[in-house]
Amino acid sequence: MKEILEILENNPKIKPEEISTMTGMTQAAVASKIKEMEKKGIIRKYKTVIDWEKAGEEYVYAIIEVKVALRDRKGYDSIAERVAKFPEVRSVRLISGDHDLSLTVRGTSMKEVAFFVAEKIAPLEQVQGTVTHFVLRTYKEDGEILFEKERSERLAVSP
Amino acid sequence: MKKNVQNALLYRREGMAGKFVAEKVRNIPPSGIRKFFDLVLEMDGVISLGVGEPDFITPWHIREACIYSLEKGFTSYTSNLGLLELRELISKCFRKDYCVEYNPKNEVLITTGVSEAADLAFRAIINPGDEVIVPEPSYVSYKPSVSLAGGEPVPLATTLENEFRVTADDIEKSITDKTKALVLSYPNNPTGAVMGKNNLEEIADVVNEYDLAVISDEVYCKLTYNGNHTCFSSISGMRERTIVLNGFSKSHAMTGLRIGYAAGSEEIIGAMTKVHQYAMLCAPITAQMGAIEAMKNGDGEMKKMVREYDRRRRLIVDGLNRLGLDCFEPKGAFYAFPSVKSTGMTSEEFAGRLLKEQKVAAVPGDVFGDCGAGHLRCSYATSREELVEALGRIEAFLDTL
Repeated sequence: MKEILEILENNPKIKPEEISTMTGMTQAAVASKIKEMEKKGIIRKYKTVIDWEKAGEEYVYAIIEVKVALRDRKGYDSIAERVAKFPEVRSVRLISGDHDLSLTVRGTSMKEVAFFVAEKIAPLEQVQGTVTHFVLRTYKEDGEILFEKERSERLAVSP
Repeated sequence: MKKNVQNALLYRREGMAGKFVAEKVRNIPPSGIRKFFDLVLEMDGVISLGVGEPDFITPWHIREACIYSLEKGFTSYTSNLGLLELRELISKCFRKDYCVEYNPKNEVLITTGVSEAADLAFRAIINPGDEVIVPEPSYVSYKPSVSLAGGEPVPLATTLENEFRVTADDIEKSITDKTKALVLSYPNNPTGAVMGKNNLEEIADVVNEYDLAVISDEVYCKLTYNGNHTCFSSISGMRERTIVLNGFSKSHAMTGLRIGYAAGSEEIIGAMTKVHQYAMLCAPITAQMGAIEAMKNGDGEMKKMVREYDRRRRLIVDGLNRLGLDCFEPKGAFYAFPSVKSTGMTSEEFAGRLLKEQKVAAVPGDVFGDCGAGHLRCSYATSREELVEALGRIEAFLDTL
């Protein structure tokens, strides 16, 4: 199972035939294993890492640190769930340290992101305060380095 | 590069200085790989299955350790034997993996790649005229190294029927009263063959009976796909007779850093160190620092690479067999060794035409010994995408025949 996941993690487009050859499992077994993992939510979704900047899209990202005051015995989960429902919010994490939640927010301008935080996040009852860090450049995303790819300068033939 | 080749040719033609070249060196045939390399160099868009090194770049934590060592100013000589910390780590690794004890103080020698270690081993044990049995197909440098050390290499053919494993019987038949040593190199370059413990035990009996030394090049030991590798010196009675050669090039993708080691009895390592201290002094310290990091923290990345090789291995072996190029299952290293006999071509013809017509480079098997004729060495240390593309091109080539 881990073997299949390791293969898919870096290339979700790979065909079950190829996975079957590489793992020695039958094609049917590979297909059913993948189905099963999709159903169980082990495989959450197939995603493409895009360098939007290179594609000419001017997205603005910000990391928002949120200080939460817990009320009415509602834990972090409830506020996190609420925040996560905004499509502008790309990720929500509970973190240790000075703040409690860390959000990634995407918008088309700094103003849009700033107003989103001011209007939708800051006024929430449990939110005590927010700090917004705008992202200036992304160097690595989901394990993918966005620099020029490193190439091995091997000789074409060697013993 | 092309210009250099031309210059070299010009130089050769003038023939002025040729008379100075020693006979021993002149008599060594040039590597067959070299000829093929020059051909490939002249072409663009070639997919190469001809490379004997990983396509992974050295894991970052190892490179980082090298850089850090430079920043700290570690640029001096080390002990002739190499940094003690590295020798201790290697010794620990032998104990853990194979239950063989080597004293890090005098039974482990750090060398500038396994090639140097092999050269030292031959020079340390060979007297003029001594014969050394070299099972083939094999890595290209054993025979010339034996010759340069004044010995007589005795090639010993292995066969596809036996999945290119050398047998105790075959070895026994090659033994004369001049036989001094036996070379073992499993997992094997170029065939991908591995030896089981029982195979090695049978060989150990012959080695004992005829009082031979063994040079066991185990540089691909971490790259096995069907059970673990057995170190030859871990076979009962073999420790004193064996020089184990190993290194970091293949397991940790560190080829260009040139770092390897030899382990053996104090007497032999002492003799090798004598040659090493005059010829090389010590292995480069930066590479030694990288090797320490590799030994300490490199297992995770290494295992990841091995798992990826295994996937590619299945991909290429399956692909070649489907195309009708019979390929036995290689259980180690990163080479497939398919037969091209069904096409009626020699390996050289096949490789030459495949390169010219479809731009896929694979090394003709006879480069690694006469018994490799009719085979190709296809390295699968290249990306899956390239492997699939190469298989497609080979199919197109076969269709034109």
